[in-house]
Amino acid sequence: MAALSETLLLIAFFSYFASTILFAVSLTGKKWRNKEGDMSGNRWGTFGYTVAIIGFLFAMGYFFTRWAAAGHPPVSNMFEYTAFLGITLTLGFIVIYAIYKSNVLGLFTMPIAMLIIAYASIFPREVEPLIPALQSYWLHIHVITTAIGQGILAVSFVAGLVYLIRVIDTSKEQKNKQTFFLEFIMYCLASVLAFVVVSNAFNLAGFESEFNYVNELGEEAEITYNLPPVFGPHEGEVADENQMDALITMPDWVESEDLNTVFWSLASGLVLYGLLRLIFRKRLSYALKPVLKGVSPDKADEVSYRAIAIGFPIFTLGGLIFAMIWAQIAWTRFWGWDPKEVWALITFLFYAAYLHLRLSRGWHGAPSAWLAVIGFAIIMFNLIFVNLVIAGLHSYA
Amino acid sequence: MLSMSKVSCECGHINPEGTEICESCGKPLQHENKQVLNMRYEGVARRSQTYNKSIVDKIWNFFSSVKVGVWIIVLTLLASSLGTIFPQELFIPPNVDPAAHYAQEYGVAGKVYYTLGFHNLYGSWWYMGLIAALGTSLIIASIDRVVPLYRALKTQRVTRHTGFMKRQRLYGTSQPENVDETMAEAKELLKSKRYNIREENGNLVAEKNRFSRWGPYVNHLGLIIFLLGAMLRFFPGMYVDENVWVRDGETVVLPGTDGEYYLENEEFVLELYDEEDERFVESMARTSDPVVETFQTNAVLYEREQGDTIGVDGELTRIDEHPIEVNDPLTFDNFSVYQVDYKLNEFSDMSFELTNRETDEAVGQIDIDLFDPEDTYELDDGYAVDIHSYFPDFFFTDDGDPSTRSSVPDNPAFIFEMSGPDLEEPEISFVGIQQNMDVNGDNQYGMNFADLDTNHVTALTVRKDLTLPFLIVGGSIFMIGLIQGSYWAHRRIWLQRGEDGSVHLAGHTNKNWQSLKRDFEALSNQTELQVPADQIEEKEKKEEAEKENETSSRNEKE
Ligand code: HEM
Repeated sequence: MAALSETLLLIAFFSYFASTILFAVSLTGKKWRNKEGDMSGNRWGTFGYTVAIIGFLFAMGYFFTRWAAAGHPPVSNMFEYTAFLGITLTLGFIVIYAIYKSNVLGLFTMPIAMLIIAYASIFPREVEPLIPALQSYWLHIHVITTAIGQGILAVSFVAGLVYLIRVIDTSKEQKNKQTFFLEFIMYCLASVLAFVVVSNAFNLAGFESEFNYVNELGEEAEITYNLPPVFGPHEGEVADENQMDALITMPDWVESEDLNTVFWSLASGLVLYGLLRLIFRKRLSYALKPVLKGVSPDKADEVSYRAIAIGFPIFTLGGLIFAMIWAQIAWTRFWGWDPKEVWALITFLFYAAYLHLRLSRGWHGAPSAWLAVIGFAIIMFNLIFVNLVIAGLHSYA
Repeated sequence: MLSMSKVSCECGHINPEGTEICESCGKPLQHENKQVLNMRYEGVARRSQTYNKSIVDKIWNFFSSVKVGVWIIVLTLLASSLGTIFPQELFIPPNVDPAAHYAQEYGVAGKVYYTLGFHNLYGSWWYMGLIAALGTSLIIASIDRVVPLYRALKTQRVTRHTGFMKRQRLYGTSQPENVDETMAEAKELLKSKRYNIREENGNLVAEKNRFSRWGPYVNHLGLIIFLLGAMLRFFPGMYVDENVWVRDGETVVLPGTDGEYYLENEEFVLELYDEEDERFVESMARTSDPVVETFQTNAVLYEREQGDTIGVDGELTRIDEHPIEVNDPLTFDNFSVYQVDYKLNEFSDMSFELTNRETDEAVGQIDIDLFDPEDTYELDDGYAVDIHSYFPDFFFTDDGDPSTRSSVPDNPAFIFEMSGPDLEEPEISFVGIQQNMDVNGDNQYGMNFADLDTNHVTALTVRKDLTLPFLIVGGSIFMIGLIQGSYWAHRRIWLQRGEDGSVHLAGHTNKNWQSLKRDFEALSNQTELQVPADQIEEKEKKEEAEKENETSSRNEKE
């Protein structure tokens, strides 16, 4: 069952890939003539959408087979939750496409969903037993609803990105904050991709460096690196001679393995981004521009808003209300100012601020799109940083 | 009270002072030359936009401004994030000095954090102040808008002033061959799209989802109830939060219940995941620690008979029994008792033998209840052991004196005084875990460790929270309003006959214009009406084209 579920997820992943290609063809390929002989776009977009739905169904297949194998819904560790977030992003897309039929949204959403699922794959994938506090159907309802809300909210990021690439003049002559940050988003996306590739490559090759070192309390400790140790631990010595030694040794107060991971993601991102720049010889956001020529900025703006209008209530229901119900039952109080709770509240307040800013005209368009980008950054921050670094009650790791 | 200088419109309707668009016919009453009307609140007179004299006006206007509201939300957001930089005081170990802890763990930053009071941020007066400002703003901003908005939407007439039609964002005219037929077709189509139709003099307004306009006010109301409910916690009697440790087999009074309820821990049970479980073998192989599957207290609840005075052991009546697990509390009379923690194998009883050191013969054995040791244990033949001192959790102070950290017997130690017929003076002996020494050096008798009994202890939390019903009601109203305002949009389409056989079309929606445009497209597909222009989009397109022209002409010059 567990093996079957992995296969289904893989099929879903490749369906999303196929869907991306179909959407790309729909935007760049030849226009078709309709019955009256007018140029009226083509049907590739519909194919792309259909394949996206098929991919989503396979992803659901993954979800339920893994549920059956584990005995609980697969949303309880970093791999499971992150993969599910990628899936709910495609769900959000399926809903929004049904309303707006936007092919360009598909072209951008599908690869980002793939990126999230691929990122999930670098976390341990085994099925884990649940500690008592997590054995509650309210917990599962809370997490699943939250992820669906976040997935739909993430669509607003994608639409915002489309809007920004479409309207911001990113030609070489332009140098301002907007061009810089837009290009920075491109770099971040490249960096996630590069990091996933590098991690999986070293993982497949079975890379390991085990160190005996002295930790910040002055005690002997052991740590295993799964990426080549550029930054080694304090007084670290490789346990096995055949393993790779560290290039640079860090003082004891540095979390050297985290630093090493951050280094690899930034550096591999730079390499990939640099390569892409060499190939295109222009900013990546500018290179994408021709694809978006036919996109109506007004529509992209509305899609981005609409995704928030749809996602916000669902996120609130899952991330705050169901969360409070679960906390009341499992932790004896509905609210405990645990970092993860606080960051859910911050996400809620952020999107509430967004909705109120939209009440005035001046915040439509680019400012709105930037806010959608920041909102997504907050969601990712909550998932990655708060989970892995500011570990609280909800910590999965 | 509001002053009485009303604005009367040419259509005969009398509007309140400050009205921008006549509530009835829609004639613009102010800003004659602006392009598109600001329809957000139908141009109604709002108190905050009309009066600005007294101090009450000024406070009212301040809190009703959305700009101020957004600032309050953003400040709350930023303040909340500050509290997650370092753990709150709640989450640091309970028996350390916070001032020292923050400085030690997080250095200078930690010291600053503590000094600014951020270690207890969410209970600070200024955080509470932000929440209070949020509540105030919610109330005032909502009242300022909802009352006039309600009146305007109720008063609106079908036939609209041409000035109103022309200055809608979506506006156009069509010249159908047969106006009557076109209007009838349009009416049928709009009906099939679930618009409510109202007609007057051959003109028509199609409207749907007006109820969604109340969504924000309903959700704000829910939030206000929620915030008020959360405040109730500070009233005495609304909230109980107590911890209690209960040993296996022990019955204790439940704290916070005024001595009314007692709980017996019949047995504490802990289950681990089976390491052979094929679902989890791989992940369990990664760590050597066992993973707990469940822990539960088999609890029996007793109520003390009425009339008994507190402190006196009255008759206990068994009223309930329930295995308390995490996620499955025992609930009774507004109280819930939750499983929160446990301790396995806590020392409960220790036995020692009084032994003659020369002959190695035991004189007798004493059994000490570590939670309730006796002063003196009498043995046969006139021997006795006195407990001179008892240290349940023994350690040496910096001065080298024996002392105890707490009353929990984690590391029990005793100073015994042994006496007997063959001893002139009582002998003194210090006995702890893995320590046994004479205090004077040449004792004839010693206390030898004989036996140890352990017990499981369960930690329970007793909780009563009478604010929950308010929070549930507030939260539910909030969600209803949120859904009501988010998943529907208020749309109106006006079709009006012109004098020259033309039809004027105008449309307004409070959100999602693309969807409204699609309704117009359907209208134009099925009737002779044409899709009206989007005046805002056209203006923006023109501006964009002008900008592009500028840049291209600039480039040509270079
Ligand atoms: C965290 C607190 C708040 C939440 C969750 C909240 C939620 C909402 C939501 C969901 C909407 C509907 C927006 C839309 O449909 O686009 C709304 C509208 C609105 N909110 Fe709030 N709000 C909050 C605080 C405030 C505050 C402090 C003010 C004070 C100025 C305020 C004033 C308004 C106004 C004026 C509207 C528009 C009403 C209308 O369109 O008729 N809100 N609010």
